[in-house]
Amino acid sequence: MTFSVRAGLKKFNLEHNFEVKNLYEYYAKWIREGKLKVNSDWNKDLKIKFTVQDPCQIVRKSYGDPIAEDLRYVVKSVVGEENFVDMQPNRSNNYCCGGGGGFLQSGFKEERLQYGKIKDDQIKATGADYCIAGCHNCHAQIHELSEHYGGNYPVVHLWTLICLSMGILGPNEREYLGDDLKEVNVFHPETAM
Amino acid sequence: MAEAVIKLGKRKQKSSFIDKVKEILPEGGNLNACLTCGACASGCPATGLADMDPRKFLRMAALGMDEEIAASDWPWMCTMCMRCIYVCPMKIDIPQLVFNARALRPREERPKGILGSCDMALKNDTTSAMGTTEEDFEFVVEDVLEEYREAQPEFADMEAPIDKQGAEFFLNQNSREPVTEPDELVPLWKILHLAGVDWTYGSKGWAGENYCMFLADDDAWKHVTEMSVKQANKLGCKTFLNTE
Repeated sequence: MTFSVRAGLKKFNLEHNFEVKNLYEYYAKWIREGKLKVNSDWNKDLKIKFTVQDPCQIVRKSYGDPIAEDLRYVVKSVVGEENFVDMQPNRSNNYCCGGGGGFLQSGFKEERLQYGKIKDDQIKATGADYCIAGCHNCHAQIHELSEHYGGNYPVVHLWTLICLSMGILGPNEREYLGDDLKEVNVFHPETAM
Repeated sequence: MAEAVIKLGKRKQKSSFIDKVKEILPEGGNLNACLTCGACASGCPATGLADMDPRKFLRMAALGMDEEIAASDWPWMCTMCMRCIYVCPMKIDIPQLVFNARALRPREERPKGILGSCDMALKNDTTSAMGTTEEDFEFVVEDVLEEYREAQPEFADMEAPIDKQGAEFFLNQNSREPVTEPDELVPLWKILHLAGVDWTYGSKGWAGENYCMFLADDDAWKHVTEMSVKQANKLGCKTFLNTE
């Protein structure tokens, strides 16, 4: 995880010959360079709305607003600018979802759901159909919030949407998509399991 | 006219918790600089949980209420998301105070879920919190790759290398993907393939999660991070790429 590695290298003074980077920056770079030919045509008529969670570990705790901008650039490129609704507050000023810091594993479930109420309210206020969550802890927590507080919005990984937008998302790679997107732009539908 | 100086904040012991934390933080984490404005508490989702909030927590530490701090479960409900220090006009490092408060408890009394995940990561060189071995990881990656190369011929030459010497990117992955939802590995592989990226997993240290850090167990955190770092160094990768 980005933060544990960056902070760990510094704290323990570990010798290394590499830079520590996060994938979001590269998604944006590869799209800008034309290596990933994404487009949002699939959502032109569907008009499915998306919001995105800023993962604390990557945004506020590591690379700040520039990577939050990269994240938005990627999201808008794949779902369409008009179909992206930002939550408030956002970027470095966004709230933690409550899945981080070991909270998901610490056994304080009631408190964790109470903590996440702010996140659920933020997401609902956007009116978005989906919440995009890049990291696993965020994904698990927001998914639970969606069910617990009855919003029932699907929570989806960014790589799923990137592949969907390029028409290369197979039928078995759609675990987290809602029914509205299970059949859209399916790559090799005959391989459905 | 005051006749005697009123003594505030009687410390219970000479070197209290807050003093120890100050010693290890740059600029003492500004832990003495609180203006009690409450910006931290008003913007903290953990405010009110366990009858605590970040400002109260800092005040208790400043007053030397170390036993109460050690007894509180709140440090495990704070996610150390750093929003408090982000909004703090004095840049007070409350998250580090919380991190160190976690370590006030004996290791075996810390939350079982986090403890178990950290201990599991220490068992294998993969540092997987789900206990996935090098062999299991290799099997899943090869199995899934082969299945997709066949099912989706456009990706017949897609790769998912492990320990590829000299690859540009050293990629890590959350253990939950290979273990519980292997199909979720594939979209990322496709993206890397189409972008023409030269990447590799490490047989050791491929697991991205680090519960030992959350456990506030510095030695174990170091071990987990070092395992990935050594492998990336050994392979000569220029970029350590995190998926989360």
